[in-house]
Amino acid sequence: MSVSPSPAQLDRIAYRRRQTLLSVLIAAASTLVLGVLLVVAVTGAPGWERVRESFLDPEVARDALPDVLRGLWLNIRLLFFCAIGALALGLVVALLRTLRGPVFFPVRLLATGYTYTFRGLPLIIVLYVMTLGLPGLRLQGMPSTLVLGGIALVITYSGYLAEVFRAGIESVHPSQLAAARSLGLSYRQTMRFVVLPQAVRRVAPPLLNDTVALQKDVGLVSLAGPIDAVRAAQIHTAETFNYTPYIVAGVLFVLLAAPLIAVTDWVTLRAARRQS
Amino acid sequence: MLTRMARRLLPVLLLVSGLVACAPADEESPAPPGATGLTTCTKAQLQTKTPGKLTIGTDNPAYEPWFKDNKPENGQGFESAVAYAVADRLGYTQGEVTWVRVPFNTAIAPGPKDFDFDINQFSITEDRKQAVDFSGPYYLVRQTVIALKSSKIAGATSVSALQGAKLGAQVGTTSYQAVTDVIKPTGQPQVYNTNDDAKKALQNGQIDGLVVDLPTAFFMTAAELENGVIVGQLPQVGVPEQFGLVLDKGSSLTGCVTQAVDQLRGSEELKRLEQQWLAQAAGARELT
Repeated sequence: MSVSPSPAQLDRIAYRRRQTLLSVLIAAASTLVLGVLLVVAVTGAPGWERVRESFLDPEVARDALPDVLRGLWLNIRLLFFCAIGALALGLVVALLRTLRGPVFFPVRLLATGYTYTFRGLPLIIVLYVMTLGLPGLRLQGMPSTLVLGGIALVITYSGYLAEVFRAGIESVHPSQLAAARSLGLSYRQTMRFVVLPQAVRRVAPPLLNDTVALQKDVGLVSLAGPIDAVRAAQIHTAETFNYTPYIVAGVLFVLLAAPLIAVTDWVTLRAARRQS
Repeated sequence: MLTRMARRLLPVLLLVSGLVACAPADEESPAPPGATGLTTCTKAQLQTKTPGKLTIGTDNPAYEPWFKDNKPENGQGFESAVAYAVADRLGYTQGEVTWVRVPFNTAIAPGPKDFDFDINQFSITEDRKQAVDFSGPYYLVRQTVIALKSSKIAGATSVSALQGAKLGAQVGTTSYQAVTDVIKPTGQPQVYNTNDDAKKALQNGQIDGLVVDLPTAFFMTAAELENGVIVGQLPQVGVPEQFGLVLDKGSSLTGCVTQAVDQLRGSEELKRLEQQWLAQAAGARELT
């Protein structure tokens, strides 16, 4: 059975439709005005021709693209292994830092010292020590520069990730722990089946956020010799004194980050929906 | 309803139009390059950054043997001496020269420059001329491979003997181009921010050889590396490589600075400075 809406309801529907149309039009108009003003401001600037030539030269971009892509492949491989390594090490450090009981005091102290040190220490310095300092020892079986650089990244980023994990672990209400223990679960089982599943879900967005940041920082290993995307762009820039290769690398990085950022947004949204 | 919205929008519009109004006004257009003909290269005529002063740029740190003790203002080291000689030709006394430290990337960026000219072992190439002005050349440079005595390439006599080696160079240099274009090694070359980092990698054994320009090669193997040797000079490909002073693109000074450098070359002054500061830079083995 269908009920025909009252005239008042029809009025309301019509009014809402008009309002929606109006806001769409206003949004479009204001976007257009701002866009035009920005384009005029940038392209009308006295140095625009010069900047366009040195930052947006299609020919230079085409020349640089293969080398920049080859460099980007190094970034991607490093990101893959370093992200896994940093997440794993970060989780371990967080677990150590949240251990209870006086026996574990030295372990907690070490884990705390670790997060303090490597969150404070600039990544560049860790990289220098690992990639140019350690090989100076000339020990047998010293891993390659790339691996040493990867280790420096893992060490630094696991410091941040450990704190994110710890925040997640501590956000699980103590009553849950008490309940789990009273059900007869051991400490390890409580962590594994009760605390961590909730903790990780809660901190998934900041974890992914740090991974996106890592994506941009893996390229810093280039200071020890390997050629990443930004370094490849730098080489081309030095050859031509034209900055377009950097723009090429920048665009590729944004494209690379886009899926990860989209996943982060999606995870956050899903978590919010579940909690509401 | 609409008037209220308009009132709310007004500040936004004002702000945006204000931003546009803030855009910089046209600079006065620079004089065409070289317009300051041969007769007008006097101090009074030159439009320098600071009138009556000559501002010269170089990187920090400034390396030997091009500069001495990272103090370009002491007049010692080849490039410092050349800079003061150019200043002298243009009519500036030693006291009227000021130095600014300009990183490589800033020196070549399109924005306004902090210097009248920059002297920092910039090699002149056609590509680079699209972005900056160069003076006439003040030094003919050769790329050279150095290694540790213990290195497997220490005794190499040909370019092909270097192809299997792990080679390094400083980023942004023509040394790196020499690796990729002349030696064409089988593995990817290693690239470093500075020659200091590259030197460390050489000492660590992370690379077998390092490519630098000849005077730097002599300085590194004589003064900085304990067991360093010069493997040899790389063959020249195409036009000989030359260092030039860098000026802003379309700078009104390019003509005069070039004229000064050309006069220094013509009067054998450059050769004299070379012998004084880069004297030992002769007689390294030629790689075939």
